[in-house]
Amino acid sequence: MSVLVYLENWEGKFKKNSFEAAQYAAKTAEMMGTEAIGVSLGETDDLAVFGAYGLSKVISLGGADFGQFDNYKTASALKSIAEQNSADTLIISGTLNGKSVAPIASIMLNAGLITNVTELPSSVSPLTLKRSVFSSKGFVNYSSEEATKIVCFIPNSVGVTEGSGSCEVVQGNVSLDATPTTTINEVDRIKGKIPLPEAERVVSAGRGLKGPENWGMIEELAEVLDAGTACSKPVSDMGWRPHTEHVGQTGIAINPDLYIAIGISGAIQHLAGVSSSKVIVAINNDAEAPFFKAADYGIIGDAFEVVPKLTEAIRNFKATN
Amino acid sequence: MKVLVCISHVPDTTSKINFTSDNSEFDKNGVQFVINPYDEFGLTRAMWIKEKNGGTVTVVNVGSAETEPTLRKALAIGADDAVRIDANPSDGFFVASQIAALAKENNYDIIIAGRESIDYNGGQVPGMIAALLNQPFINGCIGLELEGNNAQMIREIDGGKEKLSADLPIVIGGQKGLVEEKDLRIPNMRGIMSARTKPLQVRPAIDSSSRTKVGDFEKPAPKSAVKMVDAENVQELVSLLHNEAKVI
Ligand SMILES: Cc1cc2nc3c(=O)[nH]c(=O)nc-3n(C[C@H](O)[C@H](O)[C@H](O)COP(=O)(O)OP(=O)(O)OC[C@H]3O[C@@H](n4cnc5c(N)ncnc54)[C@H](O)[C@@H]3O)c2cc1C
Ligand SMILES: Cc1cc2nc3c(=O)[nH]c(=O)nc-3n(C[C@H](O)[C@H](O)[C@H](O)COP(=O)(O)OP(=O)(O)OC[C@H]3O[C@@H](n4cnc5c(N)ncnc54)[C@H](O)[C@@H]3O)c2cc1C
Repeated sequence: MSVLVYLENWEGKFKKNSFEAAQYAAKTAEMMGTEAIGVSLGETDDLAVFGAYGLSKVISLGGADFGQFDNYKTASALKSIAEQNSADTLIISGTLNGKSVAPIASIMLNAGLITNVTELPSSVSPLTLKRSVFSSKGFVNYSSEEATKIVCFIPNSVGVTEGSGSCEVVQGNVSLDATPTTTINEVDRIKGKIPLPEAERVVSAGRGLKGPENWGMIEELAEVLDAGTACSKPVSDMGWRPHTEHVGQTGIAINPDLYIAIGISGAIQHLAGVSSSKVIVAINNDAEAPFFKAADYGIIGDAFEVVPKLTEAIRNFKATN
Repeated sequence: MKVLVCISHVPDTTSKINFTSDNSEFDKNGVQFVINPYDEFGLTRAMWIKEKNGGTVTVVNVGSAETEPTLRKALAIGADDAVRIDANPSDGFFVASQIAALAKENNYDIIIAGRESIDYNGGQVPGMIAALLNQPFINGCIGLELEGNNAQMIREIDGGKEKLSADLPIVIGGQKGLVEEKDLRIPNMRGIMSARTKPLQVRPAIDSSSRTKVGDFEKPAPKSAVKMVDAENVQELVSLLHNEAKVI
């Protein structure tokens, strides 16, 4: 018995998501009284650092098969490593790639799959986890008694703390199943921007901003906060901002530490995607805006006056702290 | 071109979500059900494929008789026929097994499901269908064009997008971008009339189990009251975010 965790990399680099997954696996393994082993595919940064998050070992798989992300090859590699290590639990971070691998891996491994998980297991016999349902309007406790289980948690929902130490890194060997072929022709990553799902702070704006030409102040506030930028649905529908910034029930669901909503009314569909943020600030010129009911802190005022002042105040704060 | 569109029957996005008093079930009282928003994009895209390439669009739901109005709506939007696989689904694996069994009999060229069902937010069904059929799976798909037997697709990735291609048959987890919001088909009077006579086949479910068990539901902990800060005193907000909320 052991716990396996998929350590996703982005062009060879690891991010907070990968460390969070490692620690999730280590804590789950501790509850089960076993060890947690990482699996890394392709050429990457140093893997021994995962020891600081509780892994006992990382198995690295190189070679042409793993040069680019492929959901089937990843699932097939995880299956093979799981079998070699008699792993009965597999942890995957619910990134867009993770969500593309998990269902395939669950079929290959005949595993019970629990996705959208928001906490560490509440019990390991049987494996029981709390997951979010109805777009964060509810939670439900799921369990699975299958011989193999896959847990896919929402990135940034459990957090990560760095410990110390390093772990053993070994080169693995797998024979992949013949799987369907999908060819990647082009990868287009937005440079110099923090992707929303992994942003710890998010500055978001809505129709109250009047037009795309007014987003300069939003980007400035995001910059001083080292935050990602987001928007409400009408803003992306009108083409003021790219679709990738649309958050809410039908956009991206996010759960940053800090969410600042500017000129957004707080419609139920918007809140569904952002209400798991740990701290919410609403800035709106209408005292009756529903967002104030969902926020921790609120400012009633004109965004065009408040936002530049707030940016300045944070800049000063950062300069002196 | 034979296209299958998977339709999840979900509470309207404005629904207040409540659970029964023993927290064992979602309380459907007073809830309006609709086609899962992600599936609406897939359905319109399927109509376009049919109009350009010929063929048929079939819609499928795994559910009890109460989902039939949702399937009729999909027929009114333009699907040719509907299949309801009669069961009370309880997890993604159960649903995927049912749809994969239907697909094995009918050899669809493209199966379009949504990236996620907005009720249980599993994001499991399309990937499982693909793996059960051993077909390419493109999740978070925001673009789909066909050239003969080859599909050119765009998929969302963390921090950007990716262009991919694969030979049919394929399975897609779709969302906005397959078509735009303004292009979504809505039922017109003629569609609604003709939907009444279009075939809606009820199929018994195949023998399949669920691999997960559902326990108690919970509502999110209520938010404590908002703290208002004067617009003239943004400095106070900075202090609160630093000292109290500890997020900066
Ligand atoms: C099926 C469905 C799915 C949906 N999914 C989503 C989703 O995923 N995400 C989403 O966001 N929406 C979604 N919506 C839309 C949602 O219902 C709202 O229409 C939308 O969120 C409103 O966007 P908004 O707050 O930017 O605009 P508005 O509702 O127009 O609000 C603008 C706000 O700005 C304030 N304001 C105006 N001027 C200023 C100023 N100078 N300074 C400060 N404040 C100002 C106003 O008081 C107002 O509160 C969905 C709707 C449906 C039907
Ligand atoms: C406790 C519980 C109670 C439930 N009660 C009901 C109920 O009363 N009525 C009911 O209809 N369902 C019910 N369901 C089933 C539920 O609606 C989903 O169909 C199923 O759980 C899969 O959810 P998912 O979040 O994994 O789907 P996802 O994988 O997130 O769905 C992605 C896509 O798969 C397709 N899809 C998903 N489910 C179906 C389906 N059932 N039929 C066709 N295509 C589908 C859609 O295209 C959807 O966009 C219940 C589920 C649970 C766990």
